[in-house]
Amino acid sequence: MKEDTSVVNILDKITKEEDPASEIKMKLGKLLEQLDLHLLNHSLRHISLEIRLNPTIVKNDIELLKHFSGKGEQTVLESIDYTSDYEFSNGCRAPPWRQIHGEICYVLVKPHDVETLCITCSAEGVFLNGGKTNDEGEINYERKSEIYKDLVTFLKEKSAKFSENMSKQDVRFSEEWKKEKEEPKEAPKKEEAAAPRKALPASSKSMLEKNQINFGKSQMTKRLEPSLNWKATIDFKETMLNLGLAGNPDPGPAAVLGKEGKETGSSHPGRHKSLLRDIQEEKRGGRLERSGPPVSPGRAQLIHKSAEKIEEMISESSSESEEDEEPPDHRQEANADLPSEYWQIQKLVKYLKGGNQTATVIALCSMKDFNLAQETCQLAIRDVGGLEVLINLLDTDEVKCKIGSLKILKEISHNPQIRRNIVDLGGLPILVNILDSPHKSLKCLAAETIANVAKFRRARRAVRRHGGITKLVALLDCAQNSGEPAQSSLYDARDVEVARCGALALWSCSKSYANKEAIRRAGGILLLAGLLKTSHENMLIPVVGTLQECASEENYRAAIKAERIIENLVKNLNSENEQLQEHCAMAIYQCAEDKETRDLVRLHGGLKPLASLLNNTDNKERLAAVTGAIWKCSISKENVTKFREYKAIETLVGLLTDQPEEVLVNVVGALGECCQEYENRVLVRKCGGIQPLVNLLVGINQTLLVNVTKAVGACAVEPESMMIIDRLDGVRLLWSLLKNPHPDVKASAAWALCPCIQNAKDAGEMVRSFVGGLELVVNLLKSDNKEVLASVCAAITNIAKDQENLAVITDHGVVPLLSKLANTNNDKLRRHLAEAISRCCMWGRNRVTFGEYKAVAPLVRYLKSNDANVHRATAQALYQLSEDADNCITMHENGAVKLLLDMVGSPDQDLQEAAAGCISNIRRLALATEKARYT
Amino acid sequence: MSYFLITRASSTIGTRSCLVNYFLLDWCTRGLSLSCIYLYFYFAVKKSEVECLLRVFHSLVEKANVRLNNFGLDRNAFRAILHSIFGMTDDMLMNRVFFAFDKDNDNCINAKEWVKGLSVFLRGTFEEKLKFCFEVYYLNGDGYISREEIFDMLKNSLHQQTSEEETDEGIKELVDITLKKMDYDNDGKISFADFEKAVKEERLLLEVFGPRLPEAKVQCQ
Repeated sequence: MKEDTSVVNILDKITKEEDPASEIKMKLGKLLEQLDLHLLNHSLRHISLEIRLNPTIVKNDIELLKHFSGKGEQTVLESIDYTSDYEFSNGCRAPPWRQIHGEICYVLVKPHDVETLCITCSAEGVFLNGGKTNDEGEINYERKSEIYKDLVTFLKEKSAKFSENMSKQDVRFSEEWKKEKEEPKEAPKKEEAAAPRKALPASSKSMLEKNQINFGKSQMTKRLEPSLNWKATIDFKETMLNLGLAGNPDPGPAAVLGKEGKETGSSHPGRHKSLLRDIQEEKRGGRLERSGPPVSPGRAQLIHKSAEKIEEMISESSSESEEDEEPPDHRQEANADLPSEYWQIQKLVKYLKGGNQTATVIALCSMKDFNLAQETCQLAIRDVGGLEVLINLLDTDEVKCKIGSLKILKEISHNPQIRRNIVDLGGLPILVNILDSPHKSLKCLAAETIANVAKFRRARRAVRRHGGITKLVALLDCAQNSGEPAQSSLYDARDVEVARCGALALWSCSKSYANKEAIRRAGGILLLAGLLKTSHENMLIPVVGTLQECASEENYRAAIKAERIIENLVKNLNSENEQLQEHCAMAIYQCAEDKETRDLVRLHGGLKPLASLLNNTDNKERLAAVTGAIWKCSISKENVTKFREYKAIETLVGLLTDQPEEVLVNVVGALGECCQEYENRVLVRKCGGIQPLVNLLVGINQTLLVNVTKAVGACAVEPESMMIIDRLDGVRLLWSLLKNPHPDVKASAAWALCPCIQNAKDAGEMVRSFVGGLELVVNLLKSDNKEVLASVCAAITNIAKDQENLAVITDHGVVPLLSKLANTNNDKLRRHLAEAISRCCMWGRNRVTFGEYKAVAPLVRYLKSNDANVHRATAQALYQLSEDADNCITMHENGAVKLLLDMVGSPDQDLQEAAAGCISNIRRLALATEKARYT
Repeated sequence: MSYFLITRASSTIGTRSCLVNYFLLDWCTRGLSLSCIYLYFYFAVKKSEVECLLRVFHSLVEKANVRLNNFGLDRNAFRAILHSIFGMTDDMLMNRVFFAFDKDNDNCINAKEWVKGLSVFLRGTFEEKLKFCFEVYYLNGDGYISREEIFDMLKNSLHQQTSEEETDEGIKELVDITLKKMDYDNDGKISFADFEKAVKEERLLLEVFGPRLPEAKVQCQ
């Protein structure tokens, strides 16, 4: 700066002089200035070649390498560590007297194939130093090698293994990524995905960064896995709340976690991933702005394919998956062979930029003639800067230009990358504003474009933040306000179209929890309910789709019930359109958790169409939705009777084989509910349903396993069915499921075992035949899941009916474990625990032992519970325990007698008897004591 | 019979009469036999609206032709109206609109032409507008829009170009693009059939060579 001004000063001076020679001087001055500039540029070019490191870059490099270090052949290094833990505020770790030499830090690196290297990272580069001189950590600072430009280059030079593994990592991750793209359904379970989670500043240019990004990608695509299991469960929101993510639901993992999410720690991966995604997203945003990179044709095709797939599965609650696309930077490659369309589009964009309204309209119209569904064209528009212009046009007052631009945006926004770019370019606020336009076709187009763009979370959030939800809901209103009822066509075609587009956009938006809330608050439910009464199929699909999406919320389910929406849903089940049927069934599935809703479905005659839709098995999505609806509906007994009438149970049994998991889960769930009734159990057995059910016990899908165990358990109530189950080795399979890591499966399996043990012939022998089985059951008493505990207690009650088995489980320490559980408030657990205790009292010194482990006092308190079942079980347990004198004293001390006296008056005979028996034992003891005292 | 037809058209009472009233500069009462004019316009314009249009016409004629004893609007007066009322700016376009209005080619728009033209302008059906626009776009009366005519119409549509040569080049390419899009029979010019087909496919192309009709903003209200 100083030099600049001095030059100016000189020039000023020169020009001020009126000397005739001043002109020459000025020229000379200018020449000198040019020379000066030239020299500066020249030296700058030289200086810029010398790369200087700074603490941040070094730190990032080391952090990154740390992630890829560790034991094993796959890692790049064995270890990498700083010599000093203390970090100065400037980011250096070298002592101050070395910092003045430009040194940043010292690192100890242990590669796989060479000795530990002690390395100095300085501003000039990376080099080997003299190593540690002694144990106190003094370092010989002398340089012992050449200077390399960065750590990775240095290590590549020093360790062959390092460079080999580095390149392997690179290939492996990108391969993995591609593979998953192609078969997202079978996303491999790789453990290493958990490793790197630090977002790097984009400044680091090392190849490792590329590696890291690939890695991030592979990890993110892996999130496809849960979401592909489709259809969020009802528990979705609750789980979301648990995760503390109410605002940004990530239905992917949550959909599968389901109930577990609440009760175990397994919700944490969900939270973590979504946080991670935020970071990644932030980063990606930055990248996009830097360069709008095109994609190599092959890869682009791949992405496109998966995008289409996602488009097809629009019904799933999470279309977040495509969010994970990160447009790879392949500009040079793409330049190699650009299609002719690219140049043509470039020319058109030129007219868009430089033309007046007339030229713009012409250019827009001819751009529309390109095959905009094709990836090349979509990306070409973006790469020549067309997207900016198109979005800019939306901000003008020219209606025609807006329409033309929207027509194009609507088409190209089918591409996930373009969606992202539109959001990055701030297109959504503008689109949302257009929704206010009085021009109907503009509204339609804008809403349709929003529907396409709002397929990922950030976009949905943007729509909400800019007030889009309210405006979209207002669009739904169009159809109802216009036109007096006197007119024959109640809804003008254009108004219907506006409402349809609004519903379409809401459907996309309704995949976020906060948006559902916003729709509700904007009064969307009532309007949707109104639109549901129309007969326009095009309209019904997005409307039902939105409702179905929203029905995951309790508020919505209540409103759906109140607004008589079920009636219309049922009506539309009879429609011809498969997609509509599917969404209706899906909505019923979501809502039918509620008993009144189930009754409503029956009252409006919805069960028959559901049953008849079962016969069409070609459309798997629809089949899954229909079976889901049947499952939930069959929780009501009356509905089950209807289903039996419609011969749905036979059909369901037929669906037990050769169906995708989503269908199986629902079919088995429905059968589990149906088999609660005797007739249906017989029916299932007669149709040969037991064999396929038992076969399903070896699956891995936990929702399916929960349902299967429940169904098998329900069948086992029938001794005849039990014989078949036993013959098929079903009990052993059930028993093995006790080892399943998911508590729901464990609990469900244990419940199913109860009727099996009850009804099996020679049950005791059968139970003993499972090696280690009894020990396994007893150890499950250490679980911290109440449901598991209750179910295991019930199983123990049944097992203990056999004296020999009782002896074995006593040896395994069942008594102390049961006693430990006694302090609980859960009535279900109390009941089964009390039953188990009363059973276990039958062996040896167990009564005494229960007393010793202080199980008696808490049991007495159970009598204060409100549950009659708990009373009965407890009274029986106390009766058994009262055979021991010490226990009687404890009971008396805890005021059992008064409570038991009340129980004697109970209408329940078993309870009466047990209570009376217990009192008589206590009394007898008292009498004996008195007698002993006086004699 | 004519009454019946008029009432049919009148179901579309809209804001248009307000627009007309807006231009009703002063109250002009001239004895006119309206009956002959009704016959032409009963489909598009309501009776009272025709009356209004005529009043406007006469007031305009009065203003414009103080000097000339001419019963009608000449080109300059008409252009002034197009400019002030309909916001058209392009000279050439205004000329073309004038010629399209002026059916009998007497360089003057009489009452009949005025009402007929405005009925299309304000309340025309899609087909009427289509025809009107096409008429505006072809000038030499051969029924085709030729490449040269397109060039003429588009020559001011680009800005930001550095040299005139470049601009010309750009316009030529734009003409090529347009022809490629609209010339379905590939004869190098646009016939009415071409035009109709293209516009039906894409409504935006109705005013492809420059705005001819009142603003869409007004239309959609």
